[in-house]
Amino acid sequence: MGIKVYGPAASTNVARVLVCLEEVGAEYELVPVDMPSGEHKRPEHLARNPFGQVPAFQDGDMMLSESRAIAKYILRKGGSQLLRECNLSESAIVDVWLEVEAAQFSSAMSPIIFQCFVIPIVMGGKPDMKVVEENLEKLKKALEVYEARLSKFKYLAGEFVSLADISHFPTAHYLLGSPHASAIDAYPHVKAWIADIMARPSVKKVRELMKMASA
Amino acid sequence: MSPVKVFGSAAFTNVARVLVCLEELGVEYEIVDVDFHAKEHKGPDHLARNPFGQVPAFQDGDLVLFESRAICRYVFRKYMATADGTSNLLRNGGDDLAESAALVDAWLDVEALQYEPAVHAVFVQHRVVPALGGTPDETVIAASVEKLRQVLEVYEARLAEYRYLAGGDRVSLADLNHFPYTYYFMTMPYASVFDSFPRVKAWWEELVARPAVQKVARMMADHSAG
Repeated sequence: MGIKVYGPAASTNVARVLVCLEEVGAEYELVPVDMPSGEHKRPEHLARNPFGQVPAFQDGDMMLSESRAIAKYILRKGGSQLLRECNLSESAIVDVWLEVEAAQFSSAMSPIIFQCFVIPIVMGGKPDMKVVEENLEKLKKALEVYEARLSKFKYLAGEFVSLADISHFPTAHYLLGSPHASAIDAYPHVKAWIADIMARPSVKKVRELMKMASA
Repeated sequence: MSPVKVFGSAAFTNVARVLVCLEELGVEYEIVDVDFHAKEHKGPDHLARNPFGQVPAFQDGDLVLFESRAICRYVFRKYMATADGTSNLLRNGGDDLAESAALVDAWLDVEALQYEPAVHAVFVQHRVVPALGGTPDETVIAASVEKLRQVLEVYEARLAEYRYLAGGDRVSLADLNHFPYTYYFMTMPYASVFDSFPRVKAWWEELVARPAVQKVARMMADHSAG
């Protein structure tokens, strides 16, 4: 198939793509992009991702950016059931919670990840605790909704696991590795749901790749 | 078939986003207002439809949805078959269906994750903050307009190669989703940032000329007065 993914596995958006490739058992090549040296802003990478971000994705002649779009493409081509596109209502609810992941969960987690991981590890600086606290509050408000949802259903879209659940794993991985992991203790159904996702073989494999990359 | 229901006023960009799709496909719908002043959006009835207490919510028979972008996708998947063949707005019209759908998905996410945050930040400072009695933060506005300018550079290059964002020869949901926020942005003094991007401007003019879009623009104007 000639699949290439450009970017570090430690990036949440790259990891989101990798887990889908693992889910469908596709062969792929992970091509490093040296972000600390600004490689993602140079012409060669911009030709693949015009916003200068990771991942970029290539399948034969086709180039794609935006991790959730890439994820859907991979899952469809691989014949996965994780999108439920055979069922109109179910696929709609998967789409709903995929939007929630981006708009409510990852939007609060991204600044936390930046402050708690990127700034100390990559930039050698100190986290801005005000930013962390503000976003933890946002996250907790979202987790209240997730807790109510997951008290009624095993997974976000219903009784079946979907991309909506798995799409959360890269940011959840960082939450669990941060000083604020105990934030989920107040939400037992969320905690159990995260553990369930993290137990998937595809997720375990990509978490190993993420850890190697940030060593 | 009973009309679908859209909960929330047309003045809200995310509600308008859904209305554009319904109008494009000629789907019968009913708008049910949600009274923000009376905090109806945080009341149990609305929270049962949208647990984040936001608008829109949407109902089609037994199915209740929220998140405007998810609603739009559902509307196209369900109602595409009943409209004429030109309304296949989840694909770019290319022969390779997988690639065609992927390109629309990618540019839908670009709208959500690159374009909208910059425009939204300006909108909040310029419209929402004063409405709540505050003063717009010009530093935030300047930084957001600069971010938007950088995004528009990418759009200009893209639209130099393709007539529509997702490529192909037909408009897609990715193009349409830009309408509501841009409609409001164009009424602000910062709209001049678009002047350096002639292809983006031409793309915008074409979008705004669509009858369905014009109809929703009128609804937005009627409901946001005051």
